[in-house]
Amino acid sequence: MHLTLEWMYWTRPTAIFFIVLFVILAAMTIWQTLAPSVPRRGFLPLATTPGTRLFLGIISAIFIHLAWIGLTDLSLWIVFPFAVGWIIVVMIWG
Amino acid sequence: MNKWENNRAWLLTVPVLILVAFSSIIPLMTVINYSVQDIMGEGQSLFVGTEMFKAVLREPRLHEALWRQFLFSALVLLIEMPLGVLLALAMPKKGWGVSFSLVVIALPLLIPWNTIGSIWIIFVRPDIGLFGHFINNVLGIPFDHTARPLDAWITLMFMEVWHWTPLVALLAYAGLRAIPEVYYQAAKIDGSSPWKTFWYIQLPKMRGVLTIALLLRFMDSFLIYAEPFVLTGGGPGNATTFLSIYLVKLALGQFDLGTAGAFSLIYFLIVEVLCFVFYQVLQNVGKGAKT
Amino acid sequence: MMKGRKKTIALAIYFFLMFLPIYWMLNMSLRTNADILGALTIYPADPTFANYIKIFTDSSWYMGYVNSIIYVTINMLISLTVALPAAYAFSRYRFVGDTQVFFWLLTNRMAPAAVFALPFFQLYSTIGLMDTHIAVALAHCLFNVPLAVWILEGFMSGIPREIDETAFIDGYSLPRFFITIFIPLIRAGVGVTAFFCFMFSWVELLFARTLTITNAKPIQSVMTRTISATGMDWGLLAAAGVLTIVPGALVIWFVRNHMAKGFALGRV
Repeated sequence: MHLTLEWMYWTRPTAIFFIVLFVILAAMTIWQTLAPSVPRRGFLPLATTPGTRLFLGIISAIFIHLAWIGLTDLSLWIVFPFAVGWIIVVMIWG
Repeated sequence: MNKWENNRAWLLTVPVLILVAFSSIIPLMTVINYSVQDIMGEGQSLFVGTEMFKAVLREPRLHEALWRQFLFSALVLLIEMPLGVLLALAMPKKGWGVSFSLVVIALPLLIPWNTIGSIWIIFVRPDIGLFGHFINNVLGIPFDHTARPLDAWITLMFMEVWHWTPLVALLAYAGLRAIPEVYYQAAKIDGSSPWKTFWYIQLPKMRGVLTIALLLRFMDSFLIYAEPFVLTGGGPGNATTFLSIYLVKLALGQFDLGTAGAFSLIYFLIVEVLCFVFYQVLQNVGKGAKT
Repeated sequence: MMKGRKKTIALAIYFFLMFLPIYWMLNMSLRTNADILGALTIYPADPTFANYIKIFTDSSWYMGYVNSIIYVTINMLISLTVALPAAYAFSRYRFVGDTQVFFWLLTNRMAPAAVFALPFFQLYSTIGLMDTHIAVALAHCLFNVPLAVWILEGFMSGIPREIDETAFIDGYSLPRFFITIFIPLIRAGVGVTAFFCFMFSWVELLFARTLTITNAKPIQSVMTRTISATGMDWGLLAAAGVLTIVPGALVIWFVRNHMAKGFALGRV
């Protein structure tokens, strides 16, 4: 029995992705511990907390990326800023 | 919703979090890692960025599997929902018949999924099956689920309806029982017809449970694996290759880790969205029941 | 919508059609393979228990059942043990991220097993748990632990909080209150949860097949391998199938009034 992480096939980009995700989650937890938010209505059709908005924002951003990959041959970096902007929009006004 | 506010309650959930993180987060991280690489063998891999996603998203066989999947789920729901409601309406309201019909109706739900497949193979085979024999020799219509795609689909639909309609019936019945007797009395006084009673009283009151049933059935039929696997292994050809079967063929059959990883993630994300809808419905039904 | 008599007839027809495939398998299980392939008869003309005797005397068959029951039981115990305190936390307390975690648990209950099959295979190979009962039991925790938390939370939310408050005023500690008062109060819920954990672990095929080779090979695997082999032994397959129905059929009576609740994750 050898406990290595080799079987998980880590790469630098995915590692960075997870670290960023983890930092965002940790930041959200700290923010909500210090100043708990109540659900509110924005432009989304349901009352949401910041956690729910973050989830919806990230999921929809991923789908934007997938659509980009599926429909165009252009670089992902073109759509990336728009996706991040979308997450921010959802977080603030969603 | 006046629960005690206490962040130390986190401690009570720690065992669950550790266990589920072990069986969920670690594998998901691995899948994400696979999806950006072309893995040739132990320790031999090449970072390819989003190439795998591009290949998967443009793979016609995958599109076919996806449409097949949606078609299957839609057909199954179209049959199971009305049939389940009818069954619930036909079930007795009191007496010994209640327990009896509950037990009998639920029986198919407790049969292992691969046994369901075996039951139906034995039942529809032209040589030894009652159904297959009847269709082929008595009605004279050729029927062979291993050779003709349409027959495989018919068998699969029968199997799925036979297997899961009870779930819809159980939920609809629970919804019916929750309607207070007063409503029926009021309908009687108004001289309302049985059809009107159903349309204006029973159906609206069952809306919550039926939405749960609809989503549960949709999600489970979306993940179907064991039954078509046992029945024909996804065949004939690719006629019953649904998403899960396709994925298992890629992952465990061809050990094509990169492609399987990218496919897994797309599949998972679709389910995640469905899950979110389901969660919202569950929360609202819970609220409605308590007031 | 329907009158009493018509209802009974409709229900009777449904029950008849429903039982037909099961009856047919039972019929097959009581006949030899030569008999089955020889002629199609509505009932076994010459019933034999040879198929059942073979299953109960051949270790490659009966060990399949034993293996299944072992990992199912381990899984049920693990799921209940970890889910009870967590369900209590979700039903009684509000804490940071509670709804998010609750939702995340649900996504695991609904996640496609096919997505996890390959990484599980790699993970359990790496930590040396391949082909053990504990590997299958842990893999099934992926969907059974969330299921148990959700169902138990549904039952616990039906118990008024005043009971907890009174007990705490009387000087009970949380663990003592939980074990001596609370669990007896929701024992029906615990039973139903145990049943559903048992069931979903018992019916599962993909993980059980992927994570075992010989030592922990479940009955589901033994059966599917018979199917893929040429020269099928239909009688034996039917007998094995009948035996997999038995455990569910035995306990169904005890959970009949809670089945809707269990399948709907405690929400009905």
